[in-house]
Amino acid sequence: MSDTSSNTSLLYRIVNDKEMRSVAIQVITIALLFAFLFYVVRNAMVNLEAIGKGYSFKFLSEASNYDINQTLIEYNSRSPHYRAAMVGILNTLLVAVTGVVIATALGFVLGVLRLSTNWLINRTVYVYIEYVRNVPVLLHILLMHGIVVNTLPVPKNAMNFADGTFFLTNRGFYTPKPLFEPAMWAVFITLFIAVCFAWWFRRYAQKVQDQTGKAYPVFWIGLAAMVLGPTLVYFLAGSPMTFEYAALKGFNFKGGLVIRPEFIALTLALSLYTAAFIAEIVRAGIQAISHGQTEAAYALGIKPGRTMSLVVIPQALRVIIPPLSSQYLNITKNSSLAIAIGYMDIVATIGGISLNQTGREMECMTIVLALYLSFSLMISGFMNWYNKKMKLVER
Amino acid sequence: MSTEQTYAPGTHPDLPPPSNTIGFVGWVRGNLLNSTTNIVITVLTVYLLYLIIPPLMSWVFLDAVLQADSRDDCRAIAKEAGHPMGACWAFIGKRFELFVYGFYPAAERWRVNIAFFIMLAAFYPVLFDHAPYRKQGLWFALLAPVILVWLLIGGFGLEPVDTDKFGGFLLTLVIGVTGIVVSLPIGIALALGRQSDMPALRIICIGFIEFIRGVPLITLLFVASTMLNYFLPPGTTFDLLLRVLIMVTLFSSAYLAEVVRGGLQAIPKGQTEAADAMGLKYWQSMRLIILPQALKISIPGIVNSFIGLYKDSTLVIIIGLFDPLGMGRASLADTKWQGLSTEIYVFVAIFFFISCFAMARYSLYLEKKLHTGH
Repeated sequence: MSDTSSNTSLLYRIVNDKEMRSVAIQVITIALLFAFLFYVVRNAMVNLEAIGKGYSFKFLSEASNYDINQTLIEYNSRSPHYRAAMVGILNTLLVAVTGVVIATALGFVLGVLRLSTNWLINRTVYVYIEYVRNVPVLLHILLMHGIVVNTLPVPKNAMNFADGTFFLTNRGFYTPKPLFEPAMWAVFITLFIAVCFAWWFRRYAQKVQDQTGKAYPVFWIGLAAMVLGPTLVYFLAGSPMTFEYAALKGFNFKGGLVIRPEFIALTLALSLYTAAFIAEIVRAGIQAISHGQTEAAYALGIKPGRTMSLVVIPQALRVIIPPLSSQYLNITKNSSLAIAIGYMDIVATIGGISLNQTGREMECMTIVLALYLSFSLMISGFMNWYNKKMKLVER
Repeated sequence: MSTEQTYAPGTHPDLPPPSNTIGFVGWVRGNLLNSTTNIVITVLTVYLLYLIIPPLMSWVFLDAVLQADSRDDCRAIAKEAGHPMGACWAFIGKRFELFVYGFYPAAERWRVNIAFFIMLAAFYPVLFDHAPYRKQGLWFALLAPVILVWLLIGGFGLEPVDTDKFGGFLLTLVIGVTGIVVSLPIGIALALGRQSDMPALRIICIGFIEFIRGVPLITLLFVASTMLNYFLPPGTTFDLLLRVLIMVTLFSSAYLAEVVRGGLQAIPKGQTEAADAMGLKYWQSMRLIILPQALKISIPGIVNSFIGLYKDSTLVIIIGLFDPLGMGRASLADTKWQGLSTEIYVFVAIFFFISCFAMARYSLYLEKKLHTGH
C-alpha cells in the first residue's frame, strides 16, 4: 500500500481536502487584509507628509480659541482642545442619559396603552407610533428645534412659573441655581450613607422573608431613610444651600441655571423618537407572556398588582431587555445629530470646530470614533450583565 | 291588553338584545366607557385630540395658502381672507422641481423621470411573484442598474451630469435604493462569515460588524468627507456621492448582518446536519436549505434595517449634500421665503412617512405570503 497523500501535490490537497482548503482561505484572507492595511496606511503617510502634517496629538494641549455655550465643567476659549473634547463628552452623556430615562418611562407607558382595551387610546398611540417611526430622526430634531425656538416667547415676555423662580423663553429654561456652602458636604455624605443603608436593608429584608416569610415594607423604609436623613442633617447644619435666581437684565436673563433650547429640543426629539420604538418592544414583551401565567397567579390568590410586578414583568423583561439595550445604544449614537442644531456634543466640539481649526482630521476623527466605540461597548457590556442577571435559570 | 299574547313554555321567540349593547352606542359603551379607568382615559384622550387636531387641521388645510409669490404675499392673502396665516404651501409649490431633482440640469430632467419608471419596472417583478412576464422581468431587473447609472450620470451619447448636481428626492432614492440593493448581499456574506468555522474570517467579520455598529453614521460620513482621500494614492479624487454611498452601504450591511445572523441562529442544527448527510457542499446547503429559511425568519428585521437606511439618508445634509431637507433649508436662504421651515419639515416628513409606511406594509405582506406554518 503506497502512501498516496505524501506524493499528491499541495495544490491538489488545497482543492480537495477540506481542512487544507480552510487553512489556505484563511491565510489568503489575512494576507489580503494586511496588504490592504499596509497600502492604506502607506498612502496616508505619503499624503500627510506631502502637506507636512504628520500624525500627532500635540494639538490637544493647545488653546482651543472657541467658546461653547453649554458646559458642565469650567471652560473658556483659552482652554485647551482636550478640555473642549471633555465638554463635548459630558454634553453627549448628558443628552444620552436624560434621553434614556425619558424614553424608557414614556415608552413603557405608550407600550402599555397600546395594549389597552380602550379603542380610542389604543388607536391614538398606534397613529403616534407609526408617525414617529416612519419619519427620520433628524427631521424630528429639526422640527422640535423649530418649535422650541419659534413658538416660545422672547425673554422679555418669558413664561413665568412659580412667581419668578422658573422662566421659559426661546433662549432656554431658567431655573434657580443652587449655591453650596462647605457644610453641604455633610448632607451629601448622609445621602450616600442612606442609599447604602437602603441597599443593605433590601438584601436583609429579602433574607428574612426567605427564612421566615415575614415581609418588611422595604420601599417605604428605604425612601424614608433617603429623604428624612439628609433633610434632618440639612437643617442641623443650618441650611447650607442658597439659590441664585435668574433675572431679566437688558435683553436676556442673567444668573440662575439655564437649560439651553438646543438641549431641550434634542433631548425631547430623541426621547419621543426612541419612546415609539421602546413602546413596540414593551408591547411585544408583554404579549409574549402567556395569559396562563396571570391566571395561575390569580388562582394562587396573588393580587393583580403583585401579579404584575412578581410574575408578568420579570418574565417580560427577559424579552424586552436585549432590544431595549440596542435602543439605548441608538439614543447615544443619534445624539451625534446634535451638530445639526448647534448643540455642542463630541462631534460638534472635537470632531467639528477643533477639526476645522487645527486641520487635524485624522486625529480628531480617531478620537471621536474611539469615544463612541467605548460608549457603545460600555453600554452593551452593562446591558449584557443585566440581561444575564435577569435570565431564566434553567436546570 | 288584548294584544298580549301567551306562549306555551319554551316557545317564546327570542327578544332582540337591549338597544344599548348593540350598534354604535353598544360599541362605545363596550370599548370606551366600560370601566372607570377607561372613562377617564377616554375623556383625557378626547381632550388631547381636541387640543392637537383642530389647530393642526386649520394650519394644514383651512388657513393654508396655495398660491403666492413670497411669504409676505402669503400673509397678505391670509389676512384678506380673514384668517390667521396657516401653512404657506405656495413655497413648496414654487420650489417643487428643486425638491424633486435638486440641481439636475432642467434640460436633462426627462432622464430622471425615465429612470424612475425603469426603477419601478425593475422592482415590480422582484417584489411581487404574481407579476406578469416575471421571468423576463427578473432579467430586466438584473440589467436595470446599468441603464439607471447610464441615464443618471450620462456619457455614451448622453450629456454627462456631475453627481454634485444630484439633490432632492432623487438623491434620497439614489442613496436609499443603492444602499438597500448592495447592502443585502454584503450583509448576508458578513453574517455567514461571522458563523464560519474559520477563525480568521470570523474574527475579521466580527471586528468589522462591531466597529460599524459601535459608531454613529454621521461620524462615518465625516470620515468619508474629510479623510477618505488621505487613504487613496496621492492625486486621486473620489466622487463625494460615491464615498457617501460606500459608507451608507457598509453601515447598513453591518446591521443587516446581525439581523441575518439572528435568522441563521434560529435554524435548528438538524437542518445543517441533514444537508451534510445528503452530501450537499457548504454553498449548496446554504443556498438550498439554510438561507431560504433564515432569510424568511429575518424579513421583518431586514425591512426594518432598510427603513432605517432610507431614513438615515437624510444625514447627508450634514456633510453638504442636498437631499429634500437640505434643498429646503437652502431655499430658506431666499429672503422672500424666510422662516417657512415648518412647511418644509412637514412636507418632507409626509414624503418619508409614505415611503417608509409602504415598506413596512410590504414586509407584512411578505411575511403573510411566506408563512407556511400553521
